[in-house]
Amino acid sequence: MIAVFYAHPYPRRSRANRRLFDAIATLGGVERRSLYDLYPDFSIDIEAEQAALVAADVVVWQHPIYWYTAPALQKLWFEKVLALGWAFGRGGDMLRGKRCLWVATTGAPEDAYDEAGMHQHAFGAFEPVVRQTAQFCGMKWLEPMIVHGAIRLSDDELEAQGQKYRARLIELGATEVQRA
Amino acid sequence: MHSDEPLVQALIYLSAAVVFVPIASKLKLGSVLGYLIAGCVIGPFGLKLVRNVQSILQFSEFGVVFMLFVIGLELEPKRLWSMRRAVFGGGALQMGAVALALAPALMLVGLSWQGALVASLAMALSSTAIAVQTMNERRALDSPTGRTSFAILLFQDIAAIPLIALVPLLSAQQTAGGNRLLSSAKAVGAIVAVIVLGRFVLQPILRTIARTHLREVFTAFALLLVIAIASLMHMVEVSMGLGAFLAGVLLASSEYRHALETDIEPFKGLLMGLFFIAVGMSIDFSLFKQHAALIVALVAGFAALKGAALASIASRLGVDKRERLVFAALLSQGGEFAFVVFGVAQKARLLPGAWDGLLTLTVALSMAATPLLLLAIDALNQRTQSRESRAPDVVDEHSEVIIAGFGRFGQIVGRVLLASGIKATVLDHDPDQIDVMRRFGFRVFYGDATRTDLLESAGAAKAKVIVNAIDDVEANLALVDHVRAHFPQVKVMCRARNVTHYYELKRRGVVVLERELFEGSLVVSRAVLEALGVGPYEARERIDRFRRLNIMLLERLAPHFDDEGKRVAMAKSGRDELEQQIQREISQLDEQHGKGWHED
Repeated sequence: MIAVFYAHPYPRRSRANRRLFDAIATLGGVERRSLYDLYPDFSIDIEAEQAALVAADVVVWQHPIYWYTAPALQKLWFEKVLALGWAFGRGGDMLRGKRCLWVATTGAPEDAYDEAGMHQHAFGAFEPVVRQTAQFCGMKWLEPMIVHGAIRLSDDELEAQGQKYRARLIELGATEVQRA
Repeated sequence: MHSDEPLVQALIYLSAAVVFVPIASKLKLGSVLGYLIAGCVIGPFGLKLVRNVQSILQFSEFGVVFMLFVIGLELEPKRLWSMRRAVFGGGALQMGAVALALAPALMLVGLSWQGALVASLAMALSSTAIAVQTMNERRALDSPTGRTSFAILLFQDIAAIPLIALVPLLSAQQTAGGNRLLSSAKAVGAIVAVIVLGRFVLQPILRTIARTHLREVFTAFALLLVIAIASLMHMVEVSMGLGAFLAGVLLASSEYRHALETDIEPFKGLLMGLFFIAVGMSIDFSLFKQHAALIVALVAGFAALKGAALASIASRLGVDKRERLVFAALLSQGGEFAFVVFGVAQKARLLPGAWDGLLTLTVALSMAATPLLLLAIDALNQRTQSRESRAPDVVDEHSEVIIAGFGRFGQIVGRVLLASGIKATVLDHDPDQIDVMRRFGFRVFYGDATRTDLLESAGAAKAKVIVNAIDDVEANLALVDHVRAHFPQVKVMCRARNVTHYYELKRRGVVVLERELFEGSLVVSRAVLEALGVGPYEARERIDRFRRLNIMLLERLAPHFDDEGKRVAMAKSGRDELEQQIQREISQLDEQHGKGWHED
């Protein structure tokens, strides 16, 4: 089972993330959870989220990059759901051995993430925060899927990214659902 | 009109009370002394306006009966049971110690050993009326010292009956033993009857009467109840106060407790006043003039010996070191029962000649001395204690939260609090509602929450928060006014029924937390937005903005609440503004989403 935790505050207004999220909708063995739709008041149902994590052997975090990290609700989700004694610390081994895939989009093109660019750092410089969160909980960090320049991508390019995402999840155990 | 006519009598008593009590209060002498002085002035030894002192004294003893009933109401059986050691152990110790100190002195001034025994035991009894009234005024009834004192007073009330029976035993005239057996059987029977009635019959009757919603019938029943029990006790020669106290205890866990308390309270107060006036009137000044030196010596000696005996047993009774003098002074006076005992003893020839009168005068003066003694002790303590800080020792059984009105709104608040382990005191005037909620473990009391006295007995003076959940706007605002006038330290939490109510509350300085229907409407609006395809988080943001703007507009209109024209104009321009704002933010949001990073 693959659990996809998706954090976009305005999912209906999104272009890139929505296309990605829609692309995996028809896969079998995938549970998609849109956090901003589930918890618009930021009161996260911790038990439900943990149950979804327990049922999964692959954990996917999908979200746009805001201010070099995850959107606020995803960040709150880290704090509340990846709890002491559950995800880390004494007796906190519920995520141990699971695999973690990070799917992130950036508004700016890849070359903005460069020492000479707008953000003055290579994108890789911002990765450790999320990666270490996964690794601290004993999860195996998979090669992330980063979609750069999301606002400027053409529909075709977005379509290709969607297919790539879909193929990635199938590779990780999702199944093609037979259409009737 | 003749001065014995009831109307004229009432005129005399009430005027005397109205003149002297405020003066005494102002001079910080306490109300008791005020009443006593009023009694001296209008009595047969003063202006001679009143002559039938004995009958007034007897009648006004109902004040003590009412007082003990009210005290009983505040004492649940469980608490009374936990006091059993203090009552019987402490009480017996007190009477023994005081009698032991007084008896030799009385024999020394010329009484026979029988006379000295009876008189010393009678003088060991303190005045429940004086002590409790004084403790009430000092708000000490709930303190450890107050509770110890009260336990002793309770024992004295029990002990007074066998004491009167002791008099004929010590004198030459013996009564038949069988008779006494019969009368004790009657007494036990009456007490059992009160307990059975109190436990099983009173509650349904009270409920039925409360349901008629006739306030004065409820009051009448409360009075009837106390007077009937007192009469029953009087018939079987048990202390009337003790019977009333017992009935009070049995009703202490009833939801009508506060209502009963509220109804009896004014009668209690007036009759207590009358009682003190009667004591004042009975002070025989001609006798005082004849034996001035002797009487001064008797009063001083009595108060000193009794006080010393009390002070010496104080530590054994667990009275705090700093409270010892106060404790001794509180119980240092002789009690109303002593008058009766002296009378009986005189008739049985246990007290020679003028001693009945002398001792009665001594006791009456010792009552007057109590407030003065306490005043002196306070002054002394103030000097020594100003340096050390004192921990508050008043134990509070009241809740910090009062919920007034327990309809749908109040119930939710109550349930949230209960779920958080906070037991609110709940006031409501619908008996059916109360029964249901009590089954769920709420402390619900019957009564009209807009009555200041009910608020008082519900503990408003010590509460932190009053949740004003009354539906009726008029009553709701009346409660706010009462609380602001009498309990300014209490925070009133309120929801407004409508915009007018909102402004009325604001004007009274209440922080209005909520307009009824407003949040509910917003929740539905949000659901509608979502149903139309707006994302849940976006819908929430839109609702949040609307709320903020709406409240801002409401606040801006508040100062012009009284000016109808201006309000309408402001409201109109406000609505335009709101429209503009909404337009602005829609375009802002769209702009943000159209061009910003949210499109990722």
